[in-house]
Amino acid sequence: MTPSVPYDPRILRAPHPVPGAPDNWRRFFSFNTDAKVIGIQYIALALFYLLVGGLLAMIMRGELITPEADLVDPSVYNGLYTMHGTVMLFLFLFPILNGFNNLLIPPMIGAPDMAFPRLNALAFWLFPVFGALLMASFFLPGGPSSSGWWAYPPVSTQNPLGHFVNGQFVWILAVALSGISSILGAINFVTTIVRMRAPGMTWFRMPIFCWTAAAAQIIQLVGLPVLTGGAVMLLFDLSFGTSFFQPEGGGDPMLYQHFFWFYSHPAVYVMVLPVFGIFSELFPVYSRKPLFGYELVALASFGITLLSLIVWVHHMFYSGTPQWMRNLFMVTTMLIAVPTGIKVFAWIATLWRGKLRLSTPMLFCLGGLVNFIFAGITGIMLATVPVDIHVGNTYFVVGHFHYVIFNTITFGVFAAIYHWFPKFTGKMYYEGLGKLHFVLTFIGSTLNFLPMHWAGLMGMPRRVASYDPEFAGANVLASLGAFLLGVAMIPFLLNLVSSWARGPKAPPNPWHAIGLEWLLPSPPPVENFEDDIPTVLNRPYGYGLDRPLVADEERYIQRALEA
Amino acid sequence: MTSLSPRPSRRSGALLLIALGLALNLAISLWMYRQAPGWLPVAASSAAPHVDGLFALETAIGTFLFLGCLEVILWAVLFQRADKYDLDNGAPIEGNWTLEIIWTLIPFVVVMAIAWHAIGVNSTLATLGGKERVTDSDQALEVAGAARLDAEQAVGPIQVIARQWSWEFIYPDGVRSAELHLPVNRAARFELISMDVLHGFYIPAFRLKQDLIPGSVIAYRLTPTRIGRYRLRDSMFSGGYFSSNQSLVVVESEEDYQAWLKQAAATPLSPSWNEADELYRRRIARGDRGWAVVPPAPPPLVNIGLDPASPHDA
Repeated sequence: MTPSVPYDPRILRAPHPVPGAPDNWRRFFSFNTDAKVIGIQYIALALFYLLVGGLLAMIMRGELITPEADLVDPSVYNGLYTMHGTVMLFLFLFPILNGFNNLLIPPMIGAPDMAFPRLNALAFWLFPVFGALLMASFFLPGGPSSSGWWAYPPVSTQNPLGHFVNGQFVWILAVALSGISSILGAINFVTTIVRMRAPGMTWFRMPIFCWTAAAAQIIQLVGLPVLTGGAVMLLFDLSFGTSFFQPEGGGDPMLYQHFFWFYSHPAVYVMVLPVFGIFSELFPVYSRKPLFGYELVALASFGITLLSLIVWVHHMFYSGTPQWMRNLFMVTTMLIAVPTGIKVFAWIATLWRGKLRLSTPMLFCLGGLVNFIFAGITGIMLATVPVDIHVGNTYFVVGHFHYVIFNTITFGVFAAIYHWFPKFTGKMYYEGLGKLHFVLTFIGSTLNFLPMHWAGLMGMPRRVASYDPEFAGANVLASLGAFLLGVAMIPFLLNLVSSWARGPKAPPNPWHAIGLEWLLPSPPPVENFEDDIPTVLNRPYGYGLDRPLVADEERYIQRALEA
Repeated sequence: MTSLSPRPSRRSGALLLIALGLALNLAISLWMYRQAPGWLPVAASSAAPHVDGLFALETAIGTFLFLGCLEVILWAVLFQRADKYDLDNGAPIEGNWTLEIIWTLIPFVVVMAIAWHAIGVNSTLATLGGKERVTDSDQALEVAGAARLDAEQAVGPIQVIARQWSWEFIYPDGVRSAELHLPVNRAARFELISMDVLHGFYIPAFRLKQDLIPGSVIAYRLTPTRIGRYRLRDSMFSGGYFSSNQSLVVVESEEDYQAWLKQAAATPLSPSWNEADELYRRRIARGDRGWAVVPPAPPPLVNIGLDPASPHDA
């Protein structure tokens, strides 16, 4: 049978990408070009760094449980908070979401692999390199970078010891490598989505996860070059005596802030968009209903992409920004509420009159949705110039973005791990441990991040190693929550390891979900549908509509069961 | 969406429930509107009531929307669950353009209304106390011109000098202080200057914050409205002993302020107590352990130093 695929069919007849690639556990430690292996590589290493970043956070919360700086020296605290942010963003969230892109995009669109498998493997193998670099910077004579993950000059270019190889130097190298890895990944994901969809899969028959992945990866392609340019200038200021950002040499420290935020605000959308995709995939499955308003939800993703590129100045409302510019960026920032509102209301409408099944992935999605609505409201407050002038750079912001980055994005990541665990490992996870993980995580994260808003409203600046005693109450609660989040990782990891090792065998479609990936055996073969790619007839999420997703659906279901 | 249920009696029951829910949300939102200013420090500047009003308004709107969403989600979670062995599907609704247009427009209208209102508040705040980053000489003349206009009534300009990690305030008559004294209900003008890195001039009780940018002078103005002792905090991360970079703002009556100025002028200059300096000396005494840190600038030489034991209201 000759497949009518929109790409060069020779891809399918190509020999196994790396001849003689091991088929056992050792493949996860090799330069493997199989997107599913790369996906698991990304996710496993990213989860390791989640533990590292979490450990740093718990030391910080140990320091902040009392007002005085007594557990660690303030210089050590500055290094810890800088590395906590850097590890969580560049070594946990970006990589783990790229892991899901690798696992999910090819099977969801019926492609055998990514468009550029070797580039894909290269993008992954940069990750251990910059991860190791950042970890090594802890052991440098002056310690790691300690200027915050923003690395604002002039603090970031002060270099107290005067060594050429210092924490900040290594940090910039690592971030630049991470940027290169992300750009390589983005080229691959966008090309794969645009060029390698199964026959019949028009844009409006594509799963929302792929829409959001495309919307997010386009931000990477547009924004990352700007950040990388800024980082190169910073490196030259730090190491080679230039003065792009040094006022004494005629430079302007504010210029860096523009370079930095032009990418780094949209970076939040790079992380949250795939999670919107995960919510859009999971709510229909566990509500047994079609996704409400598919077209608008899909298009809203690109609305977010467009708006994300014109909001960055809201990070500089109190930095000497003229009034007209503050008003302009307040309006653009607030407009983000429109496309995100479309998505939130669509998910709620998807739940309505459904048949809800509160399994672990659904619990994480529901928790993430409620947290995200809260984060959206505090986000609007932060967008408002007069309120931002009071709460900007305080713990209110720390609370807000942890509600986005942990209580929404990481919740979505956990949901996705549970939901697709049977598909890609071939084993079922233990529901009881999963629910325990959810309950501990929800209580821990609320205790950790909700009181931070109060401390910020009262005027506690972010990034402090010590604080006035009036903030002690909120900080004790936050620290207890942080330690509880540490405990919550135990059932999670226990579940992953023991389920993969000895869990019950998973059927091809344990959740009765509709989507191309569920027509494959669990785990799917190396090249997914190989040369028998289904022809897509309808969009996914047709729960209760009695319409086939693909032509000859029964045959694919049978084949997956027999595999 | 089609009708909520086939029987009209259930339909009116549903409408009643929705009406009750909305009334409850409205009541809670109004209650939150009243509570919101209480989560903030005392309001001690002419800018503060405007900021607090906007914050309370946003809290109320946010509460209403949050509760509305939460109630629908909770209802679905509580009453629309599948039984254990029920593999049926829910209502196969794929969308409803009317609803979708409505919920695109509602957030649009709400946020644009908030933005419109906030732009108004911005202009009010600008008249109460503007800020201008002086980067070239033309602009400097303009600012100086504007300053002359209210020079009669206003205090200052007081130079605010930030260093790693101390604050120093230099009054027009040459008095130098490590704490900031201001007369109540009189505009005060400042020139914000950073000697090294970015700092943030943040007084939570005033609801005001402005970054100090090395290489620029920022002309700044504010009016304290309540007698008391307030914290000044560095809000923009400035390296090593950032969290120690705090000072005190003492707002007092005109007479007390004049008396303080006179007393300060008669006090000889001496280095102020400085927490960063203290901590750094302790660190050196313990063998300079910890990660690399820039040595603090020498504590400022001032007429009136900082007293670490003095309390603050907010």
